[in-house]
Amino acid sequence: MGARGRLYADGAAALETHANGSVKAMNNDAYEMVIGLEVHAHMLTRSKLFCGCTTDFGAPPNHNVCPVCMAMPGVLPVLNRHVLELAIRTGLAAHCKIEPHSVFARKSYFYPDLPKGYQISQYDQPLCSGGYIELPPRANGEPKRIRLVRIHLEEDAGKNIHAESASLVDFNRSGVPLMEIVSEPDIRSAEEAVDYLRQLRGILVAAGASDGKMEEGSLRCDVNVSVRARGATELGARTEIKNLNSFRFVEKAIAYEVNRQIEEISAGRRIAQETHLWDPEREVTRPMRSKEFANDYRYFPEPDLPPLIVPSDLVESIRTTMPEMPAERRARYVRDFGLTAYVVGVLTQEQDRTEKFEELLADLTKRNPGEDIKILAKKAADFVVTEMVRKSNETAQPLSSISVSVSGLILSANIQRLISAATVKEIFHGPQISLQEAENKIKEYAQVSDEAAIAEACDKVLAAESAKLAEYRAGRDKLYGFFVGAVMKAMGGKGNPKVVNEVLRRKLAG
Amino acid sequence: MASELNRLTITEARERLRRREISARELTRACLDRIAAVEPRVNAFITVSASEAMAQAEDADRRLARGDAPDLCGIPLGIKDIYCTRGVRTTCASKILGDFTPPFDATAVERLRAAGAVFVGKANLDEFAMGSSTENSAFGPTRNPHDLERVAGGSSGGSAAAVAADECLAALGTDTGGSIRLPASFCGVVGIKPTYSRVSRYGVIAYASSLDQVGPFARSVRDAAAVLRVVAGADPRDSTCSARPVPDYERALTGEVRGMRIGVPREYFVEGMDAAVEAAVRRSLKQLQAMGARTVEISLPHTGYAVAAYYLIATAEASANLARYDGVRYGMRAAADNNIELYNRTRAQGFGAEVKRRIMLGTFALSAGYYDAYYLKGQKVRTLIRRDFERAFQSCDLIAAPVAPTTAFRLGEKTDDPLKMYLSDIFTISVNLAGLPGMSVPCGADASRMPIGLQLIGPPFGEEAILRAGDAWERAGGFMQTAPQL
Repeated sequence: MGARGRLYADGAAALETHANGSVKAMNNDAYEMVIGLEVHAHMLTRSKLFCGCTTDFGAPPNHNVCPVCMAMPGVLPVLNRHVLELAIRTGLAAHCKIEPHSVFARKSYFYPDLPKGYQISQYDQPLCSGGYIELPPRANGEPKRIRLVRIHLEEDAGKNIHAESASLVDFNRSGVPLMEIVSEPDIRSAEEAVDYLRQLRGILVAAGASDGKMEEGSLRCDVNVSVRARGATELGARTEIKNLNSFRFVEKAIAYEVNRQIEEISAGRRIAQETHLWDPEREVTRPMRSKEFANDYRYFPEPDLPPLIVPSDLVESIRTTMPEMPAERRARYVRDFGLTAYVVGVLTQEQDRTEKFEELLADLTKRNPGEDIKILAKKAADFVVTEMVRKSNETAQPLSSISVSVSGLILSANIQRLISAATVKEIFHGPQISLQEAENKIKEYAQVSDEAAIAEACDKVLAAESAKLAEYRAGRDKLYGFFVGAVMKAMGGKGNPKVVNEVLRRKLAG
Repeated sequence: MASELNRLTITEARERLRRREISARELTRACLDRIAAVEPRVNAFITVSASEAMAQAEDADRRLARGDAPDLCGIPLGIKDIYCTRGVRTTCASKILGDFTPPFDATAVERLRAAGAVFVGKANLDEFAMGSSTENSAFGPTRNPHDLERVAGGSSGGSAAAVAADECLAALGTDTGGSIRLPASFCGVVGIKPTYSRVSRYGVIAYASSLDQVGPFARSVRDAAAVLRVVAGADPRDSTCSARPVPDYERALTGEVRGMRIGVPREYFVEGMDAAVEAAVRRSLKQLQAMGARTVEISLPHTGYAVAAYYLIATAEASANLARYDGVRYGMRAAADNNIELYNRTRAQGFGAEVKRRIMLGTFALSAGYYDAYYLKGQKVRTLIRRDFERAFQSCDLIAAPVAPTTAFRLGEKTDDPLKMYLSDIFTISVNLAGLPGMSVPCGADASRMPIGLQLIGPPFGEEAILRAGDAWERAGGFMQTAPQL
C-alpha cells in the first residue's frame, strides 16, 4: 500500500494516513514491513484475577479494593476459576494447544500503580501455545492465517492520576484479569494489523471472554514493527510501540513507524531496538526514556500459586459448549448461502453486523416461505452491509437500534415485487417508522409508485377493448368507469386510483 | 497460687478453667503482670495488647460460664509480630511497618480467636524474620530469659522467650530456615515447624513464600499439639495450603515409641559443634532406645549445600516479597519529590541492614544472566535435598538430630559476621527446603545451664510421629528445665 490512500477496501472506515504530513511515501517495492501484535484483553469476569473484588468500571477511586489487590502484608493470591475457563475458551477458539501444566511467575518492577512491586503473569510456561487467527480475504484475495505464539494470563495494574500538587493512585483496576495474546510476526501491512485485531476481537466476543471494547480500554495493543528489504528472510531490528488503544492509532502508528524506519535505513542509519510511545496529538511515535521501562524483570515462578494443572476433561467439556467462531461462521455462509468470501468478510467484520444478518435472514425466511434461501441470504447480506451500515453511520446510532422487522417487511415487499429496490431505500432511509406505518407505506407505494406498471396495465386493457375505446372516444363518457375497473382488475386491485385515473385519462385522450 | 497461674501448661489451665477454679481474667492478668515485671529485661514483645487481652478474657469467661468453651478458651498466647492482627499494630520488627495496623486477621490468628484464645501481645522477631538471634529488630533485641546476656535465637526469639519467661502459656512463631526450632532450642521450650502447606500462610507477612511455615511454641509437646490442631488445615485464601484433613494430634500422644525407627544422620554431628550439645542429643537417643525405639544411622549427603541453596532461594523470594514496601499505600513514607526518590528514601530509611543485604542478594540471584547459575541451581539442590530425605525415610520413621551446633550465644557475638550467623541454621534449613515437619524438644543444658534442643524430623505430614516421640520422651522424664532466674 502507499502511505496515502484508502486503507479499507470495504469503505466502512476509510482513513487517510498522513503521518504528520512530513513523511515521504514509502517505497513499497524495496521494503517489506514485518509486524507482530501483543494484545491485552480485559476479561469478562465479575471478580478480579486473584481476589473477590468486582471488576466493574466507574466506581469511585479505590472502591473496588481489598487487602489482596492492595498488596497488604501477608496476603496471598487465589486464582479465579472463571478466568481459567474463559482463557481456555479463547485458546480453543484460536486453535491453540491448551497446556496441561502452566506456571505463574512474578515480573518485578517498581511503579506506584503496581502494588506488590511485581505483576503476577505467565512467563515461560503459558496456558495456551500456538494457534492462529484466520483473516477473511480482501477483495479477490485469499484468506490468511496469522499464527499465534501464545495466550497467557496476567493481572492488570492500578492507574496513576497526576494531580496538580501530587500524584494519586487508583487501585480499582489492580488485579483485573487480562489475557495477553501474542502473534507471530506474520502481519505485513497496517490494514492487515487492523484486520487481525477485528478478527481477534470477534473471537474474544464470540467466546464470551471479553467485551472487546477498545475505546473503553478492554483491548490494548502493543505493536512490534520492523522493515526489511523485500525478499530478505532475516528480521530487521524492531521497535515496540506501546499502548495503542484504537484501531486508528494502530494503523497510524504503524504507518508512521514504517516510514520512519525506511527513512532511517535509506539514510544509512541503524534502527535501534527500543520501545516507543504513540503520541496521538502529534501523530508521531517517540522513544520512551529508559527510565520509563525496566529492562530486568527478574522473572521467577510465583511461589504463592501452585502450577496450573488443566485436566483434559475440563478442556473437552469446555469444547462442547463452544459457540460458532467467526471463521467457522464465514465458511458456513459461503457454503450454505452462496455468499462471496469478500461479502462474508465484510459482514462478519463486526459482531453486530453478523447478528443483524442472522436476524434479518430469519425474518425474511418467515415472510417469504418457499423462497430460495440463497436469494434471501444475498438480499439480507447486501442490505446489512450497505443500507444498515450506512444508516448507522449517518444517524450515529448503533446497528443494534435498527428494526429488523421493519427492514424485513419492506425488503420482502421488494422480493415479492410490490415495490422497487429504490422504494425500499426510500422508505428505509426515511424517518423512523413503526411496523404498522411501514405496512401502510408499502401499500401506498405498491399503488402509486409504479406508474410504468399502471401505464402498462392501461395499454393492455385499451388494446384488448379497442371497440369500447372507440365508443368512448366517440363521446360515450359513461364507459370511463368500465376502463377504471378493467385496469384495476388487471392490476389485482393494487393500482392507486389517483394514479390510475391520471394515467388512464391521459391514455384515453390518446 | 494466683501469681503462678502464668506458669501453667495449656493442659493444666484448660482443666482448671473448665472446672471454674480459675477465671480467664485471672489467668490473663497473671500473664500481663509477669509481662510488666520482666519485659524491661527480656523485651519479648513489641506490642502488649493488655486491654484487648482483658476484653478477650472476659468474653472467654462468659463462654466458660455458658459451658460452650472452645478448645483454647481463655488461654493467653503471644503472637509473633509477623502475623496480621485486625486492629492491632503489626510491625514485623521493621521501621517500615512501624505504624501499620492491618484491617484483617491472619488465618492462623482468626482460628485461634475463634478457639477462644487471648492475645497478650505481639512478640519480637528479627526484622521480616531475617535472622537467627532476634538482634535484627528495629525494636531492640530480645534477651534469653536463661541468661540476659545471651540471644533468644531467631527469628521467632520473642515468642520463644515469652513462653520461657512465663509471659504467656504458648505462642505462635514462623519458621523459614529454623526460626521456630532454633529459638525453642536456645530458650528451652518446645517448638514445632509443621509440614509446608499444613497451616495457612494467609496474613503471615511473607519472607520466603516457598519456605515460610506457621507453628507453635509451648511448654510441652502436648500443648504444642493442641495449638497446632487449631491452626492447621485447608484455607481457601492460601492456594498452597493442603486440603488434607487435620488429625487429632493429642490422640497421637500414646507415650509409646516401641518399634519406632529413629534415623540418626551422620552429617548432623560435625566437627566444631559444642560437645555438650552432642552429648545431650546422644544421651536422649540412648533414652529413647531404652524405651524401645531403634536407632539407625542414615546419610543425608547433600546437607552441606543446604545453607547456600537456602540463601539463594529465600533471598530471591524475599526480594520480590518486600517490594511492596514502597511508601505508597501504607507504612512508613519518606519525604520525596518523585517516585524514584520516594522508593529509595523510604526503603533506605525503613529497612535494617540485614534486610537490605538479603534483598540485594536475592535481586542479584534473579538478575538476567545469573538466574540459571543461582536461583535455578538453588532449586536443583533443593530437589536433591528432598530426595535425600525421601531415601532416608525408607529406613526410618523419623530422624533425630541436634537443632543447632551450639547453645545460645552472646548478644553481639555474631552480628558482625553474617556468614557465622547463617551457620546457626545449618541443621534446620534442610528441613524447610524439603518442606518437612520438624520439632525442637528440650533435651539438656550446657555447663552454663543454657538449654539444648533435640530436633525430631518427620516425613511429609508426619507430625503425629514426631509429636508422639517428643511426648514419650517428656513423659519418661525428659529434661527438667530449670526455670529462668529473672
